[in-house]
This record gives sequence, C-alpha cells and structure tokens, in this order.
Amino acid sequence: MTLQYHYTVPGDDFVHAGEASGHLKGILRQLGYPNDAIRRVAISMYEGEINMVIHANGGEIDAEIDDRGITIVLRDQGPGIPDVEKAMQEGWSTASDAIREQGFGAGMGLPNMKKYTDSMQIDTVLGVGTTITLRVDLH
Amino acid sequence: MTANELCRACGFPLLCCPEREVTGGVYCCDLLSMVMGRAPTDGIWFTVMANQNTIVAALMADVACVVLTEGIRPDDTMLARAKAEGIAIAATDLPSFEAATRAHTALRTR
Repeated sequence: MTLQYHYTVPGDDFVHAGEASGHLKGILRQLGYPNDAIRRVAISMYEGEINMVIHANGGEIDAEIDDRGITIVLRDQGPGIPDVEKAMQEGWSTASDAIREQGFGAGMGLPNMKKYTDSMQIDTVLGVGTTITLRVDLH
Repeated sequence: MTANELCRACGFPLLCCPEREVTGGVYCCDLLSMVMGRAPTDGIWFTVMANQNTIVAALMADVACVVLTEGIRPDDTMLARAKAEGIAIAATDLPSFEAATRAHTALRTR
C-alpha cells in the first residue's frame, strides 16, 4: 500500500501554518500507525512547514506513506541556506524579532527535523531554493 | 490523571477539554521548537505564548494540557483551536515556575 498527499504551503501565513502537518497527522492516526512514529513525522514536517512559511514565501510538500514508513519532501523556491552546517546547530537562527515574538526562531527547526527522522537530506542552492527529504521508518 | 483533576489540584481554572488525560511530565518554555524537541508526550506545558501556533505546536508534540501563566489568557481563536484539537487549556496568574512546581507536586503525589 502506498498513499500520496500533496500540500501547498502559503508564505508568511501563520494562521494556516501547520494545516498540512496536522492533516497528515490525522491520516496516520486513522491508518493506525504507531503514536511514536506519528509524533516524529508531525514534528519534523511541521518544522519544515514553518521554515517555508518564515523563510521561503511558502512551498510544496509531498508525503508518501507506505507499509514501512513515511517519506516527506519539502520544496521551496526561497533564498536557499547559505551555511547548512551552521543552520544545523541548535540555537542558530536568522528569524526576525517579529517572528521570534510569535514563539519561533529558537534555532531548533533543522535540528529537530534531524532528531526525529531516520534520514534527512538537504539540497539547497542560493537564490534558487531548498529541497529537504525526510524519512521516518516504522521500527 | 485528567486535565480537570490536575488543574483543580493546582488551582488553575480549566478552559476546555477536561477529560484529556495527562500522563507525561511537566515542561516550561516559550519557544515552540524547543517545546517540540523536549516536551514529554501527553505532558503539561507552561508558557506565556498565547496564539494559534501554541496549539499547533502542542498538537504536533502530543502535549495534553497547555497552561498560560502570568495572567495571560487565550483569545477566542486559540481557544476554539484547542477545543477542535482536543488539547486542554488552563490559565493562571502565577509565574511559570511556580505554576509548574504545583503541577509537578500534584503529579508526583497522585
């Protein structure tokens, strides 16, 4: 069994941010996937979704659910990540003060995505965009 | 312990979802990604961050109960979102640390 879902994430929209991740979380619950796997998918996908909203003027997310796990591909046409190594450090963030006032900008987005997934690949080109591929395996 | 039992023991007025079970621990922070990285599953979370994103972060991290501290109250949008997602919300005038110690004690002595 393979199920595929596609989401369009609007940029700078904090009212609808999280709808894609919330929808996929609901699907995984309906399918009876283990709570731990659902939590790991939801957190890592939401971090990616929020990054798109904050940094990239939105983007597209493709999720694929199969019997062995969940793959999430987040694509944006934002500015790209100048220094991936720095961005992966806990606490490092380029978010504005206005974003921080909303509770974001902890510098934990990419580290959380890494922490909660079994594999994470970042393809980024400055001025072109970023594609992040996440995989959560069922253990 | 239900959110209702826990919040009653602590003296926090509960605003929605009284039957939600709180089986995890206590966590305090106002940065949403920190919460998603570290809050315990089905736990109780103390924060002054009161907006819809607070509820979305709680949903993703499987937080059972959000307690707004320092006299902060949720607006109607936040409250409606919490009800829709089945996440308990309470509010207190206490600072986060003091409120959290009450919950910690109540959970330990249940």
